[in-house]
Amino acid sequence: MTQRSATDAAVVFDPATIDLLIAELSDRGYTVLGPRVVSDAIVYGPVTSSSDLPVGIRDRQDAASYRLEDRDDDAVFGYVCGPQGWKRFLHPPETTLFTAAADGDVSFPPPADAPLAFLGVRACELAAIHVQDRVLLEGPVADPVYRSNRDRLFIVAVDCTEPGGTCFCASTGTGPAAGEGFDIAMVELLDATHRFLARAGTDLGAEVLAALPSRPARSDDQEQAGRHVAEARTAMGRSVDLDGVEELLYANAVNPHWEDIARRCLACTNCTMVCPTCFCTTAEDRPSLDLASFDRVRLWDSCFTLDFSYIHGGPVRSSVSARYRQWMTHKLASWHAQFGTGGCVGCGRCITWCPVGIDLTEEVRRFRDTDLRRIAVPVAGPFPVEGGPR
Amino acid sequence: MALPDPLIAPLVPAWWPVRSVRRELADTVTLEIEPPPGGLVFEPGQFTMLSAFGIGEIPISISGDPGAPHALVQTIRSVGPVSSALTALRPGDRIGVRGPFGNGWPLEDARGADVLVVAGGIGLAPLRPVLYTILTDRDAYGRVSLLYGARSPSGLLYLDEIRGWMAGLDIDVLLTVDRGEPGWHGSVGVVTDLIRRASFEPAGTTAFVCGPEIMMRFTKQALESAGVDEERIAVSMERNMACGVGLCGHCQFGPFFVCKDGPVFRCSDMVELCWLKEV
Repeated sequence: MTQRSATDAAVVFDPATIDLLIAELSDRGYTVLGPRVVSDAIVYGPVTSSSDLPVGIRDRQDAASYRLEDRDDDAVFGYVCGPQGWKRFLHPPETTLFTAAADGDVSFPPPADAPLAFLGVRACELAAIHVQDRVLLEGPVADPVYRSNRDRLFIVAVDCTEPGGTCFCASTGTGPAAGEGFDIAMVELLDATHRFLARAGTDLGAEVLAALPSRPARSDDQEQAGRHVAEARTAMGRSVDLDGVEELLYANAVNPHWEDIARRCLACTNCTMVCPTCFCTTAEDRPSLDLASFDRVRLWDSCFTLDFSYIHGGPVRSSVSARYRQWMTHKLASWHAQFGTGGCVGCGRCITWCPVGIDLTEEVRRFRDTDLRRIAVPVAGPFPVEGGPR
Repeated sequence: MALPDPLIAPLVPAWWPVRSVRRELADTVTLEIEPPPGGLVFEPGQFTMLSAFGIGEIPISISGDPGAPHALVQTIRSVGPVSSALTALRPGDRIGVRGPFGNGWPLEDARGADVLVVAGGIGLAPLRPVLYTILTDRDAYGRVSLLYGARSPSGLLYLDEIRGWMAGLDIDVLLTVDRGEPGWHGSVGVVTDLIRRASFEPAGTTAFVCGPEIMMRFTKQALESAGVDEERIAVSMERNMACGVGLCGHCQFGPFFVCKDGPVFRCSDMVELCWLKEV
């Protein structure tokens, strides 16, 4: 699909038009997924009308804290982001790759019927999808499951005007305005008149927008949207200086601060489960009771478990400090070497959903404060080999 | 979801018959597997993902002769559920195979100069294809030494074959064990002790090293002390793997994926990682 310029065909419509947008996408054969309130959290799932959406609800997020509250307006996208990103629909937590029969036959699960449309993708989440595109599609072998879900995806992004307490996309350069790769991007304006300013990112997006009742955007619409998004940039609950963070973390691989983190970290895997870019999986073979066949099932996995690094003899990363070091160093440093992009999009989920409130942005600061390059200590090095260490 | 065959093919094992099973050690067997006509062409150092039906899949280095691709030869030590199932296979049973994956040993570097093959325990399995390759073109290399250590004499792999090499003039073989046993009259000590007994001209020598991580660390150090260039020391790394093709994330080793960037690495490419624990 061709990417169009961001202001191309900008239009304004009222909140009731969101229903028409959902209907238009459904008519075009999409399964529309959007935010809903489920068990006191914003969870992405199937939506059929605006009554499914969290109208008038906001989330309050802080380290190890997440609460929904009523707003004093009818904002449709008046929350920041849900605990679970869109990852689960593109790179599902559980997928049957194939079924192998004892006679050598291999069969595959039936194809999904409808393409997906995501409604309400935040800038950080859009960036996360692009990170996973690099990881899962651009290596020597592309992931077949991700490929088939991703290829037909329609994305309606929503720029952020009210960032949350754990947000730091301004620091990672991934928000608050949606970058490229959306079909439609909207800004929700809550000034005197509640309305949406929408722009198309693709020809398909323009076609969908053209099917909705709207008026052309005026300069005051653009000016207000621009101001709110610019204000959002300075209202992030968190910030982090990522300048030189690769070198910082590599040079501090033996910093005792990892032990300090390990004393707090429960290795519960929450951060990796809520992270929109974490992609690791394991495979599980599930035989039928008569052993005539088995399913090979792929499941999300986490570098915080002991099994993750198990080879004969035991886990490679037996200590929690080594596992946290792997996660953080991968996310902020080695991801660049592997995929030509950072692994963190600043959504703040790992901070919000950490049961003990470990804050990635704070830990980066602590490594800067205790940077071993500024302290002259001998780091791990070779031992004399004569005589033979046993 | 639509899973067209060409896309998912790298993730789906082919089921091939086991042609023969050779018991090497109390816990180790070598399977000879029969690929379809045309065979499985591989580079020395590459690995496959092997499946035991309904139990699971693990990465195993290919230990056969690259010049004989009509037989896929893999040496497996029984340590977990999948490897115990694989080592219990009988001729005629089928085994799931994906691959070959990963890179190979930098054998091109080794031509024209001396070669050290340093192995610890089952680490000899991924190095045996190197020896086969050298032996088929023996004149292309200088002096070739196999330095092989195991915990005990009963842990030495391919002993019949090693005796054959010892009897010939193509390869100098030096063996050592950590602990002797009755009847063992050879060297006792770690494999790094063999380096000073091997004859090689350090400048230009290429070393291929595979064994436990701690053994590879100290071998690297001893080789460098002996004057071997860090760039010419290649090691084969081992990590947990669930896919073999760079998607599952398990085999990360610093900035590398062992499955697609390795398993063979030059020590000069991983200097900072060599002395780090739990990477």
